[in-house]
Amino acid sequence: MQTWPLLSLLIWVPAIGGALVLATGNSRPAQARWIALASALLVLALCVPLYNGLDAGNASMQFVERHAWFPAINTWYSLGVDGISVALIGLTAFVTVLTLVGAWEVIEDRVHQYFASFLFLEALMIGVFCARDALLFYVFFEAMLVPMFIIIGVWGGPRRVYATIKFFLYTFFGSIFMLVGLAYLYMQAGSFDLDELARLPLSATEQAWLFFSFLLAFAVKVPMFPVHTWLPDAHVEAPTGGSVILAAIMLKIGGYGFLRFSLPITPDASQEHALLVIALSLVAIIYIGYVALVQEDMKKLIAYSSISHMGFVTLGTFIAFALAREQGNLDAARLGLQGAMVQMVSHGFISAAMFSCVGVLYDRVHSRMIRDYGGVANTMPWFAALFVLFAMANCGLPGTSGFVGEFMVIVASFQANIWYALGAGLTLVLGAAYTLWLVKRVVFGEVANKNVAQLKDLGAREAWVLGGYAAAVLLLGVWPKPLTDLMEAPIAALVQQLLLGKA
Amino acid sequence: MFAATDLAALLPEAFMLGAICALLLIDLFIDQSRRGLTHFLAITSLVFAAILTLRTHGAAGGAVEPVRAFGGMFVRDGFGDLLKLAIHAVTIGVFVYAKPYLKSHSLFQGEFYVLALTGVLGMMVLVSAGNLVVVYLGLELLALSSYALVALDRDSRLASEAAIKYFVLGALASGLLLYGMSMIYGATGTLDLAQIHAQVAVSYDRTLLAFGLVFIVVGVAFKLGAAPFHMWVPDVYQGSPTAVTLFIAGAPKIAAFGMAYRLLEDGLAGLATDWQPMLTLLALLSLAIGNLVAIAQTNLKRMLAYSTISHIGFLLLGLINGTPAGLAAATFYAITYAITTVAAFGMIVLLSRSGFEAEEIEDFRGLNQRNGWYAMIMLMVMASLAGVPVWVGFMAKFQVLKAAVESGHLWLAIAAGVFAVIGAFYYLRVIKVMYFDDPATTEPLALPNDMPFRFVLSANGLGLLALGILGGPLMAWCLEAVTR
Repeated sequence: MQTWPLLSLLIWVPAIGGALVLATGNSRPAQARWIALASALLVLALCVPLYNGLDAGNASMQFVERHAWFPAINTWYSLGVDGISVALIGLTAFVTVLTLVGAWEVIEDRVHQYFASFLFLEALMIGVFCARDALLFYVFFEAMLVPMFIIIGVWGGPRRVYATIKFFLYTFFGSIFMLVGLAYLYMQAGSFDLDELARLPLSATEQAWLFFSFLLAFAVKVPMFPVHTWLPDAHVEAPTGGSVILAAIMLKIGGYGFLRFSLPITPDASQEHALLVIALSLVAIIYIGYVALVQEDMKKLIAYSSISHMGFVTLGTFIAFALAREQGNLDAARLGLQGAMVQMVSHGFISAAMFSCVGVLYDRVHSRMIRDYGGVANTMPWFAALFVLFAMANCGLPGTSGFVGEFMVIVASFQANIWYALGAGLTLVLGAAYTLWLVKRVVFGEVANKNVAQLKDLGAREAWVLGGYAAAVLLLGVWPKPLTDLMEAPIAALVQQLLLGKA
Repeated sequence: MFAATDLAALLPEAFMLGAICALLLIDLFIDQSRRGLTHFLAITSLVFAAILTLRTHGAAGGAVEPVRAFGGMFVRDGFGDLLKLAIHAVTIGVFVYAKPYLKSHSLFQGEFYVLALTGVLGMMVLVSAGNLVVVYLGLELLALSSYALVALDRDSRLASEAAIKYFVLGALASGLLLYGMSMIYGATGTLDLAQIHAQVAVSYDRTLLAFGLVFIVVGVAFKLGAAPFHMWVPDVYQGSPTAVTLFIAGAPKIAAFGMAYRLLEDGLAGLATDWQPMLTLLALLSLAIGNLVAIAQTNLKRMLAYSTISHIGFLLLGLINGTPAGLAAATFYAITYAITTVAAFGMIVLLSRSGFEAEEIEDFRGLNQRNGWYAMIMLMVMASLAGVPVWVGFMAKFQVLKAAVESGHLWLAIAAGVFAVIGAFYYLRVIKVMYFDDPATTEPLALPNDMPFRFVLSANGLGLLALGILGGPLMAWCLEAVTR
């Protein structure tokens, strides 16, 4: 079908770009920036043939590449995408470009290393979304930690060392059990191929153990309550770009992992323990929502808001079992899963935008504390307009992308259990409460102090970044169909697979 | 008693012996300003030994049939050849790294090279041993060279102390090993490992065999540096001149692994049910003690010593299950670990100047601001040691974990995984010091004016990444080497 190994290009273009950027050295920051931006734009451009070439109606893997990698343990450099992967790859490419633009003048110290780190991250994240071999997935999944570790640790805030080591060890610890789980699966299947693992018959006990090993890895990444505590620290200390990538894409990889590992490989255990995940998701949605309400640090507030919103992703994913297998309500199951996926993409844009907004303020005032602001709208009207837009999207206002995913998940959970829906619905109130209160305290009101009085409105570069996010949020809000079409077939196939189960 | 084919099998070792003698003589007649010749010749002889090993590797081409020379005393097989090649490669790296250090510390003498090559010869004999006596011969050749090397800097009190400790404890271990061998001989009536293998199956004197086994396992554990027989490792690593630590930390681990393989797999496989629990215990203790104690270290050489102990724990995990997959995993682990660890000590050499040892972790403070390239190389070394994916350390660790799971040691695999996470902390700390802390001085790093050194060190660091991505053939080779 294709002559170019498109997926390999998507992975290796940013990786090689990153190496080139590193090679420019510390003394030529301009060169580093432009090479980095060119590579990121090239990746974004490569997404066009990817999207065009994808047969969205076909649920099977496309653009497949398969080369022996470590033949002694039968692991393959095996790539392939379906609609879900393509959507997330597009998100990654888009957010990376804006992140690089956002960091253009802000980062002055060791520019080449900063930009290169983001390109390496991009390569690894795209790799995660393409990998069809469990070990390859794991390699990309874990290797991401290194550039992020450096990004937070070098360019982060005052407590950056604590935050970044906590981030690294937390995630490393979570995934080591998955690694043992993969070793066990290999023993049974003799392969790391995800399709073969999905077909592998497993007893209920085996599935339960594997399910928990996956759960630990992905729950830390998502993050789910109660293993979320690394996230506020990491977000607060990370530089703006780090927070953006962390919130917009790295968290999504947890949700993506559930979809690719937990559901197909351990469907019966997933069903059995769905209630646990649903409960944890609801706790995240409600309790973390309350926690967000009392934050005094803008970044921390948005970080908690992210955890709460990611609760929708896990909720939408795991109600599918109750719906599909217990009630036979396949439509609702598909709706829940699709809502979860839309929520992932949408939250990617919104959280990236919110963190970028905080970054804009931080660059001017060098404070993240809400109390240092007030009346920003008076001095930065354009900024205020966009910030309010993103805040509204964060509350789930219809017409923005935030509404679509949450609405789909809530509708689906209504059919599963009215209490789930009520709990999830609470977020509309809570989300509005903490977000609007944040907006009120920061943007509106009288000019609070002389720092705020001296603020300058958005520069052209910042306007491009925030404008880009705004366009994405609105477009997805009013016309989500291209995205849902993209995901329809693979999700329908996944639901069919869930129905069958194993053993 | 022996034929020409026997000698052919022995060709690399014979060449090495001749090269050592020649080097010893040549070195006598050159003055200090031309000592570089010794360095060059030492490396050349290693290269030739490697070529000879390769050329005679499976002389008929294709699969390697084990050749038993001198009535089974000496075994030439794929496993031995692979380890020998790795030993040669690692030692070449050691020589290149050691040169600037030896020069700046007035230790640039022919003795270093001669002793190290003698050690290499010992290792070559050791990994090809087919008889208990030959095992002991190779081991002592290696050990005696190492003791002398540690004491090379005779004015250093620390080095002398380390040498004495190393010698006393090493001699004790050798004694224990010999004692165990005598019991095995008593129970089986033979010293030949292949015959022991056959005899163990029918021997009724299990008590004597078990006693012998315990002593042999203790001896092997001593040589590997597995806890609780690890006490010499930190002191010797820290006390020796870095150039010598480089040597001791790399290739001898491969050789010790080869010895364990010869004794336990070739000879005493019939007692696997007895030695497996022993190794399990050793592995767990090594993982725990190595990783936990390393956290408390401020001296990088000492930290790397404890890190070695923990890596030996991983290595033993692969050895425990006798399947080809497990043995291949352990072989891969031993080789890649040696490659990684010499790069770490190479970095210490890079930073040390005359009269100054860059062996405190603090000495790496802010390295990224002083020299971004070598900070990145060190980052790769640390990431590989920590077992972070993409770097080869991950593949090595994963294979071992996989082997442990496959042999039913699920809990052992989980414990090893958890200790790997604990271990990641102290490697991260080195990265933290290099990248996140500000240097005491911002002046660029004064690099040794030695192009081969810089080139090999850079290649070594990047090679860890390359092996992690493209290491498939090496892994396949390891599997082939242990499949009989």
